[in-house]
Amino acid sequence: MASMRTSILLAIALLVACFGMAAHLGPEFLGWRGSRSAGDILNVVLGDSRRLFANQFFTKADEYYHSGYYPSMFDNKSAFQTAHIAADTGAVNSKNEGDEHGFLGPPRNWIDAFGRHFFPNRHTHLDEDSPDDLSSSEKVREILPWLKLSADLDPENVQTYTVTAYWLRSRMRNVAEANAVLHEGLRNCPKSYEILYEMGRLYQESYHDHEGARNVWEQGVRYWLQLDSSIPGGNRPIRELVADWNARPTNLAPAQSDDKLSMEQLSTHLAQLEENAGNLPRAIEWLEAAKKVSLTPETLQNRIDLLNSKLGQELNPLLKPLF
Amino acid sequence: MKNAFAVAGVVVKELYRRKDFYVLFIVTVLICLVMASVNIYDDAHIARYLKEISLLLIWISSLVIAITTTARQIPAERENRTLIPLLAKPLTRTELVAGKFLGCWLACGLTLLCFYVFFGALAASREHHWPLQNYVQAALMHWCLLGIVVSMSLLGSLVFAAPSSNSTICAVVVMGILFVARHLDQVAITRPEPFRTVAFVFYYALPHLEFYDLRDLIIHDWPPVDWKYVSLAVLYGAFYMAVFIIGACLVFRRKAVN
Repeated sequence: MASMRTSILLAIALLVACFGMAAHLGPEFLGWRGSRSAGDILNVVLGDSRRLFANQFFTKADEYYHSGYYPSMFDNKSAFQTAHIAADTGAVNSKNEGDEHGFLGPPRNWIDAFGRHFFPNRHTHLDEDSPDDLSSSEKVREILPWLKLSADLDPENVQTYTVTAYWLRSRMRNVAEANAVLHEGLRNCPKSYEILYEMGRLYQESYHDHEGARNVWEQGVRYWLQLDSSIPGGNRPIRELVADWNARPTNLAPAQSDDKLSMEQLSTHLAQLEENAGNLPRAIEWLEAAKKVSLTPETLQNRIDLLNSKLGQELNPLLKPLF
Repeated sequence: MKNAFAVAGVVVKELYRRKDFYVLFIVTVLICLVMASVNIYDDAHIARYLKEISLLLIWISSLVIAITTTARQIPAERENRTLIPLLAKPLTRTELVAGKFLGCWLACGLTLLCFYVFFGALAASREHHWPLQNYVQAALMHWCLLGIVVSMSLLGSLVFAAPSSNSTICAVVVMGILFVARHLDQVAITRPEPFRTVAFVFYYALPHLEFYDLRDLIIHDWPPVDWKYVSLAVLYGAFYMAVFIIGACLVFRRKAVN
């Protein structure tokens, strides 16, 4: 009987100890980064290596875009340094050079020549039956699973969202999903001017919502300017911010120098928007801002001159009665 | 040859009595069905990722079945002490090796048939067409590759001490050939002597198993390969199968059976 009583007491003591331990560890476990209760199982299992896998899957999407014709680590990759699916969006500086059609080079020996019959050996794009024929655009859907996987693995990679949204919108005509992807991107990368740029394109080209496009592009410019910590932020109107920035010397913050293309695209699109709306002075202001970061400022100056002369022609009839 | 076919029949029966194939097949089917149920941007016609995953699982499963089934054939006969009674019958050692090879190869063929029928059905459910010629070519080339792997594994089972070590070595060699063999000459050319010569010798001597990997062509809907090249690849494979089987016969002839 005594041993039975001891066992029961021991069991109760163990239960109390378990309860106390659980109550003590529970809150700490919830706060732990590796906790599965956070729901991000990939983060727990893969850690930071998921970024590596995400890049791999992004490249896989580009490989699918080429229907499997893609250089391996042993081949010449100079024409594939920037993924073509990203370069084709026009939002990325392409570093590709060389011949994308013939990275395999001439056959090296009979084994190499014979082996080329058994894998994709010709450069093609999924959306082209021929270089000028985009009739097969819907085939581009095949790149999407890998882009989705890449975004799931590395939610902070802005490029994945912009590229996915571009292909969904421009080739698949799936504007609603493209919009959803961009909003998800903004949730994960709240100050991304690249996503805002792509969102503006979607509003303008697909929804014809020029006001919406203007708002997101202006917000994009604001975020780009904030890369320079010396520029005061706050709620100042964007026109004032840009006018101040235009008046500053041309030296840019390092983060801005690395991504001049985004600012050029945002401001040229805003200039076009204002020009279409008939706001020529504002269009000129945006072109001046674009000129500051452009690789081809002469072209933009020509456009500014053109707009100035147009503005003169508009104002002349109004001024004439005054003389 | 009649004796060899009798041995082969026993090996095939052994395969469908064991659980290996069923487990691998069911796992492949389940993974593919789960992947097929994933909603990707509300588009139900995306097929290629599914074909890629399915073919990858089929390749892994078939290689596992081929290597493990072959690697244990002769060692198991020896361990169970059935080898001596078997050879006491009117059955030569060469016939036994040929029978074991044929049995394992045929068994692999049967598993491939099941796998490719499933693959075809899965692909057709998404793409609504069935490029039969491409699938036949892919399955034939795959079977030919498995023939080389089976013969290599059979030779290994007579050279290495245990089935486990043989299976591991064969798996590593097959993976190595599949991933690197095509580029071995590019690697060789950048290396100093004597590594360069050694690499070139391997490049020309190894069976180029990557010839038989038509997965990319199937996944990305490329047109079928010219049958002339498929026939040449089959002949190339037959040559290596013969080399490995003759090697196995020679080793087995000198080996003590008890």
